[in-house]
Amino acid sequence: MTSDRRTLEFYLLAAFFALFVLFLYGPLSTILILSFQGPNGGLTFPMNGVSTRWFQNLFETQAVGDFGGSFTRSALLGLMVMATTVVVSLLAGLAFRRGFFGATPLFYLAISSLVVPSILVSLGIGLSFQILGLEPTWWSSAFGAHLTWTLPFGVLIMFAVFNRFSPAYEEAARDLGASSWQAFAHVVLPIIAPSLVGVGLFGFTLSYDEFARTLMTAGSFNTLPLEIYGMTTNVTTPVLYALGAVTTLVSFGVIGVSLAAIAVIARQRKKLGVS
Amino acid sequence: MTVAADASPTSVETEAPPRKRRLALPLAPYLQAAPLALILGAFLLLPIAAIVIVSFWDYDSVQIYPAFVTLNYEESLGSWVTWSTFLNTLKFVAIVWAITLVVGFWVAYFLAFHVRTSKMQTVLFLVCTVPFLTSNIIRMISWVPFLGRNGLLNSALVELGIVPAPLEFLLFSEFAVVLAMVHLYALFMVTPIFNTLVRIDRSLVEAARDAGASSWQILTNVIIPLAKPGIAIGSIFVVTLVLGDFITVRFMSGGQSASMGLMIANQISLLQYPAAAANAVALLILVLLMMAAILKIVDIRKEL
Repeated sequence: MTSDRRTLEFYLLAAFFALFVLFLYGPLSTILILSFQGPNGGLTFPMNGVSTRWFQNLFETQAVGDFGGSFTRSALLGLMVMATTVVVSLLAGLAFRRGFFGATPLFYLAISSLVVPSILVSLGIGLSFQILGLEPTWWSSAFGAHLTWTLPFGVLIMFAVFNRFSPAYEEAARDLGASSWQAFAHVVLPIIAPSLVGVGLFGFTLSYDEFARTLMTAGSFNTLPLEIYGMTTNVTTPVLYALGAVTTLVSFGVIGVSLAAIAVIARQRKKLGVS
Repeated sequence: MTVAADASPTSVETEAPPRKRRLALPLAPYLQAAPLALILGAFLLLPIAAIVIVSFWDYDSVQIYPAFVTLNYEESLGSWVTWSTFLNTLKFVAIVWAITLVVGFWVAYFLAFHVRTSKMQTVLFLVCTVPFLTSNIIRMISWVPFLGRNGLLNSALVELGIVPAPLEFLLFSEFAVVLAMVHLYALFMVTPIFNTLVRIDRSLVEAARDAGASSWQILTNVIIPLAKPGIAIGSIFVVTLVLGDFITVRFMSGGQSASMGLMIANQISLLQYPAAAANAVALLILVLLMMAAILKIVDIRKEL
């Protein structure tokens, strides 16, 4: 396994891995290609010419429903969920690190939030709002529904980070006379910054793509995944693929920016001589 | 220190600061944990309580009424449709779990033991992760041009003369549901297994080899036993995701297959909330039983 010569096992597994990657990306690339389908082309190959007509179609409101509005709502909701997930997970991580009465039940509650099926969260929040006489909206009920999915991931990441975090750094800061806030802001926060970017990335992308938890909680205005799902039942032109291509590129953009941010932080740290 | 100080005040003084700290500090973790507890309480515990309560309510075609009837459970559990849907859901769970376990293990094994630099490991792992951060619905739709009647796969098969006519079972079938679920959920198996594999002490593998173990023996006697917690965590993810799934079943089977989640979603769209709630309680119990079974076999606590 760690021998110098590549074994047959290596080549077999490498081929398997390559197939897996092809399996992951193959279908995705077909819709990227088909979104440039010619004006008279259909939902499958062959390409009937090449055009950007379906992308233009996307912005004509009457053709495909409310793309602009649902995109704006999903992006805003994603940012709200991202900010909340980062702050709440960080605070919870600090709390779990110190320990408190009830830490274990709260941790198991966060874990169970991962395993409760999305449709149940959706139904439960929808029913709660109905019983309480509240109007479900994307910024209240759907916001809460998304947090039940993003927070456990955030808490787990923070848990793992603080498990490996040496208290020696903070103790050194305190010995040099830093207040506990200074030790946190100037020592702890910079060290865990890349992980926080990761938590934020999870928060945004999981919310931006969430469908099942939004189903009964979005109220009268659709988020983007709901809009796309609606389109699958009544749109039979490649405009569906154009929408898919645009949202996928937005996701890729967010992932790219996050990874770049993590890389920049890592490089700065290297420059400062901190590992 | 004052001149007047004698033994008793100093002993009080040395005792006092720790006591003060013990009183002042504990408040902070509670304040820090409060937002998480409040959000999960309001958007997880309260909604589940609402489902349990509403599952005993009565309803007609227009609205739901507070009541205490067990009719919803009787109708649901007394119906042959419910039990066959139950079994169909468990069938999807078993098939998807088995495939993601095999695929996930070998992918994780390759990344952990055959990729030499940690930089390359990170890069390849990210390559696997990126599609999972994009929309599930788009990833499902993306199978249409590939599997459809005139899709890429059928055209290729017909052109190569492997089959005489396009295969009909590729899209909108249970095959398509399983394929899409493996596509959507495989990473949930890869990540936890990869995490446990990279933490295995390499000297254990060396020791086994020095003792004369073959690659296969090392795999079955050293690596797989040590990978069990990761396998368990991945299994919990995949099992619960498939159990609750309704969108993949609805979209990829084209309405020709059923699952618990889909049954609940259909009842919701018909506004039969109490019936949906009763089935939701049954689904929740099933999920918890599955989790308990997995946790009973493998202790994952040391992984957290």
